[in-house]
Order: sequence, then structure tokens, then C-alpha cells
Amino acid sequence: MSNEINFVIDGVEVTGKPGQTILEACDEAGIYIPRLCRHPELTPRGSCRLCTVLVNGRPQAACTQPITEGMIVESETEELNENRRNIIDMLFVEGNHFCMFCERSGNCELQALGYRFGILAPKYDYFYPKREIDATHPDIFIDRNRCILCGRCVEASRTVDGKGVFEFVGRGPERKIAINAEQFLKDTNLKITDKAADVCPVGAIIKKRTAFTTPIGKRKYDKKPIGSDIEEKRKKD
Amino acid sequence: MSKRVIIEPVTRVEGHGKVSILLDENNKVTQARFHIVEFRGFERFIQGRPYWEMPVVVQRLCGICPVSHHLAAAKAMDVIVGADKLTPTAEKMRRLMHYGQTLQSHALHFFHLCSPDLLFGFDADVQIRNVIGVALKHKDLAVQGVMLRKYGQEIIKATAGKKIHGTGAIPGGINKNLSTNERDVFLKDIKQMLVWARGALKVAKDYTVENLEMVKPFGSFDSNHLSLVRSDGAMDLYHGNLRAIDAEGNKIFDQVDYSKYLDYIAEEVKSWSYMKFPFIKSLGPEKGWYRVGPLARVNTCDFIDTPEAEEARKEFMAVTDNKPNNITMAYHWARMIEVLHSVEKINELLNDPDLQGNDLVVKGERRNEGIGLLEAPRGTLFHHYKVNDDDQVTMANLIVSTTNNNIPMNRAVQKVAADHISGAPEITEGLLNHIEVAIRAYDPCLSCATHAMGKMPLKVTLFDYQGNEIETKTKE
Repeated sequence: MSNEINFVIDGVEVTGKPGQTILEACDEAGIYIPRLCRHPELTPRGSCRLCTVLVNGRPQAACTQPITEGMIVESETEELNENRRNIIDMLFVEGNHFCMFCERSGNCELQALGYRFGILAPKYDYFYPKREIDATHPDIFIDRNRCILCGRCVEASRTVDGKGVFEFVGRGPERKIAINAEQFLKDTNLKITDKAADVCPVGAIIKKRTAFTTPIGKRKYDKKPIGSDIEEKRKKD
Repeated sequence: MSKRVIIEPVTRVEGHGKVSILLDENNKVTQARFHIVEFRGFERFIQGRPYWEMPVVVQRLCGICPVSHHLAAAKAMDVIVGADKLTPTAEKMRRLMHYGQTLQSHALHFFHLCSPDLLFGFDADVQIRNVIGVALKHKDLAVQGVMLRKYGQEIIKATAGKKIHGTGAIPGGINKNLSTNERDVFLKDIKQMLVWARGALKVAKDYTVENLEMVKPFGSFDSNHLSLVRSDGAMDLYHGNLRAIDAEGNKIFDQVDYSKYLDYIAEEVKSWSYMKFPFIKSLGPEKGWYRVGPLARVNTCDFIDTPEAEEARKEFMAVTDNKPNNITMAYHWARMIEVLHSVEKINELLNDPDLQGNDLVVKGERRNEGIGLLEAPRGTLFHHYKVNDDDQVTMANLIVSTTNNNIPMNRAVQKVAADHISGAPEITEGLLNHIEVAIRAYDPCLSCATHAMGKMPLKVTLFDYQGNEIETKTKE
């Protein structure tokens, strides 16, 4: 069996390795496919659908779809990007995202994607949902107003930390992140050193007393759009 | 037949308000009120939020001097995290930010909002009496105003990360120092700023002195004055103790630790305004109201610790024989003394190597209550918070600079209305202008005062004695 798999994405020939997903192979090749729920150290869930690409004409999540020899992938199409923009737009209005005072601002993946896609104002009406916050843990603060249900914390707690502190409950609009305690986060065995406390792409799970310590201008997405680190690999090659 | 005149909205001030004036059967003014008609409720909706968000969220009250709220909240949070003494770098960076904002806010007010009245006269054609008119007729002055403000804003950007709504001050310190590159850029232009600040001061001073007979009675009245002063009695815009004096200069209280402000200051609520009415407790609501801001600060301090501003203060005080100056229009002169003081302070700080230090944050024993005060461009600003053991804010009380000036602004409106409307019930453009000029002298920020949002235009309505509306004029 060959150790190389060749495929084409947006007209560019890419060589990947067996077992890689489209997203992994493209990351290595310096081609950025937008994503939100995907975290490089966690098992991909394919839940946010932001990385949806067309594989031989059929929509697939690039973070879960393995590469195959000769596949033709389309990512940077007008239609796919419009779908991505709509997903981001909907995520913004579905929660209560106030970037202007959110401590994750500048380091937030949702905000950074909003900027990358040129979303200056939401096109849908805000839901203004009533969401719970939990400040009881001595080191960690949960603000469900900002949760986008990506599932990273669920996955990290279960598979990396081996604890299962977080889990989804409810369906559809009622879906939310629950904790494995009667009422409060302080009653779980979550530790600040846990992976689950470190993977939230937005400001829903935050470490207490660390806010705003990085000055504006030095935050992750202050200077370059999200995905630039991946795209720079290609430029160097 | 008595009538009511309403001015709504009031223009060239920050926020939204209106004026109502009641006339008796002989067209004499019986009552004049400045109503603040915005409502926002910041004190309520920050409840439950983590304390470290306060300096960043509360500054959103305002887009003109958000740094004041940013720093007052940060000072309160210093108390919460037990940071009783900041590192020299943190304190000086915050001071630099504060002087930068005082410079830009005062420059904005004087050049953009007020200079049209002073340069063209209160009754000049409104087509000319605006900032564009100033730019056309007095180009140099307009450019200096813009450049002074820009310099202040660049200082804010270098210290807070952004010109508006930055994140520099954090509980217990600051998140950055000033690089030598940043410092050198500012040092390159500081001499020019000093020249322009002196020029602005001269404009304000000459205007007041040359028109003294006219401005002396204009919206003027005796009042108490309140501000923070340093422990040696010097003007200090960032930190100090509370001092209140009466109209003659006698001390009502002095060197009061501001964390005890509730023992000295109370607030009254009235049904006709969203803005509260603070007063000095020992004197009661009738006699205890006071003025804050540049006029009050120059009156209350014993001296200013920068040489040129101190010279200017002495000249200012000489006009009233070293007694407190109670002339409403003298706010402009006092404000420009502070502009010069701010530029001198910025120069002093830029030459201080502590700004390049790397020791930025201190922490101590955690507390559940924090109070932070400072002298915002518009006057004494009070921030008071209670925080639970889970780090959530449970109570917030904000007494904003403009709120302190609530009764004085009402007095000024009453005085101008009595002097200019009595016997002339018709609403003229001149009447609108005169009332606005008096309000504008206080540089009110009504958005902040009610913790409210929106623009602030002025409307005047005329009612008869039975409350029937006769006429309304609006200025957008």
C-alpha cells in the first residue's frame, strides 16, 4: 500500500498520508479550511459543519472525511463560504456574544472567524436567550451565554481527562452543556489543569483571574486572521 | 397665564436631555429644570458578572472619557484583589493613560463643542456657529484642537491598547508598559503640544477676562465645590482624598479617605430626571449640593504641581481675589489650565524610566468590597462594588461626574432663563443658545450620568399654566 494519497482541492494537488482526514492533509499542505469544533488534540466530531467541503460533488465534513486517492475537493466556493458565513452568523445571534467586554476577545475563534468572513454586523435577529452562568468553582467560570455547543469540553473531559465532567443535555434549541454534579461546577472534580478547561474556542469556559492580561495587539488574532498560520506554511514552501 | 418652555434636545453635549421652563402669568420664570431622559441601568445588569470584567464593561457607559470608568473600576478592583500599592510602572502607566484622556476630552469639548459659542458669540447664526465654522474662520485653532485631541488619544492607545475602550488596566495593575519606541514618538511632539496647550489656555483666559462683565453673572451662582486633592493639597486627577469647600473657600471637609464617601455624600432621587442629585450629608439636600470638574478642582486645590499650570492657576484665582471662582463660564478657563497641566504631566511621565518597567501586577488579600474614585475630565467619579466569594459582582454604585453637577446645571439653567426669558415668553434662537451655552460650560455627559445610551440633542417646549403645550422647538 502506498504511503502517499494524492487528491486535488480547489485545483491544487495535495499529497497526504493514509488515515488523514481532508482537514489534516490540507493543514499540512498549508491550505486552510475554516473550522470551529475541531481541535487538533481531540477526536473530530464534525458537529459545527463549518469545514463542510464538496468531495466529488457531495458535501462532507473535512474534519471527519478521510482522504482517498484522486478525490476532487472543493472548499473555497462562493456557495460553501456563504454557508459558512450563515453558520457563523447564526451562532452569534443564537447566544449572547458581547465581544466588546468578553475576555476572550482577540483570542476567540468565533470572533476571529467573523472577522475572516467579513461579518461586521449580524444579519439575523438576536435571540437573547436566557442562559446560566456558574461561578462556583474556585478557578473556572462557565458562561453559557457564550457557549456554541462545539463539544470540545465534552470530548476533552471524557477522552483526555478521563472524567466526563461535561455532557450535552436537551435537544434542538434546548440543548446545553451540563455538568456531572447536582447543581454546581464546584461539586465536580474539574481541575484547572484539565484539558477540558483549556479547549473552549469561545469565552464559555474561562480560567478565573486571567482576563485581559494580554494587551491588545498581542492577542492571537489581533494582527493576522485565523488560519494564517496554516496558510503561511504554503507560502514558505 | 403661565407657560412652560421646553428645550429638547440640548445640543453639543454628550447624551440626551431637555430643559423645561415654567413661566407665571407675567412671564416671569418660576421654575427651570434640566431633565435627563435617558435610562440604562448599568448598575443592575453588571450584577452576576465576574469582577475582572468591570474595568472593561463599565467603560462602555461612555465613548468620550471611557478611560475614567476604566480606571475608576480598576481602582475599585485593586481593592478587591488586595493590591494596596501598585508597582511604579502600573501606577504611572495608568496616570499616563488618564492624563492622555483628560487632554483629549478637554480638547474635544473646548475646540469642537464650545469654541463656536466663544468665537462667534451666543447669538451668531447657527450656520456659522458650529465646528465647521470654526474650521473655516479659525483654521489654525481648529487644527490645533484636532491635533491635541489626537495626541491624547494616541497616549490612550499606547497605554490601553485602543483609543476607545481598551483593556490596559487590570485588577492589581496594568497589562503593558510603554516601549522606548512608543515613548520616543510622543517625546518628539511634546513641545508642540505644550505650545498649543498654552495657546488654548490663552484663548480661554482672554475670552473670560475680556468679557468678564458679561460672563460674571451668566448662569453664575455661589456653590460648594468638591474634588480629590493630594495629601499635600495639590491637584491630583488620578488619586487623592476628598475635599469640599464652600463658596467662600471654607473647608466643609478635607482629606477624607474616599472609601468612606458614603459617610459624607448621599444621593436624592427626583421624579422628573433619571439623574440622581448628590449632596453633602452634613449640609442636607438643600444646601449640600456642590460643583465638580475643572472649576471645582482649581478652586479646591492649594496648588498645581506643574509650573506653567500653577502660574495659570494663580492668574485664575486672582480674578476672584483668591476666593473660589463661582463663575459658570470660568469652567472653560479652568478646563484649559488642566489641558496645560495634563501636557506637562505627560511630559514628566514620558521622561520617567519607570514606564519601561516590567513589574506590572500585584495581588494581596482578597476583599469583598472595593471603592475607586478619580477626577474624570468632568469631575469626581465614584465607583463602588461588592463582590461575592465566587468572584461575582453583587452590587454596584456609580456616581458619575455629571451627576454631581446635576443641581448646579439646573441652577445655571434657572439663572439664564430668569435673566433672558422673563418678560419674553416667545422661544427665540437666542434663548435656546444661551441656555445651551450655560449647560455646555459644565461639559455634561448625560450618557454617563444616567448610565445611558444614545445621542443628545435639545428640545424646548412652551406650556401654559394649565400644562397645555403651546409650542416646541427641537434642535438635532
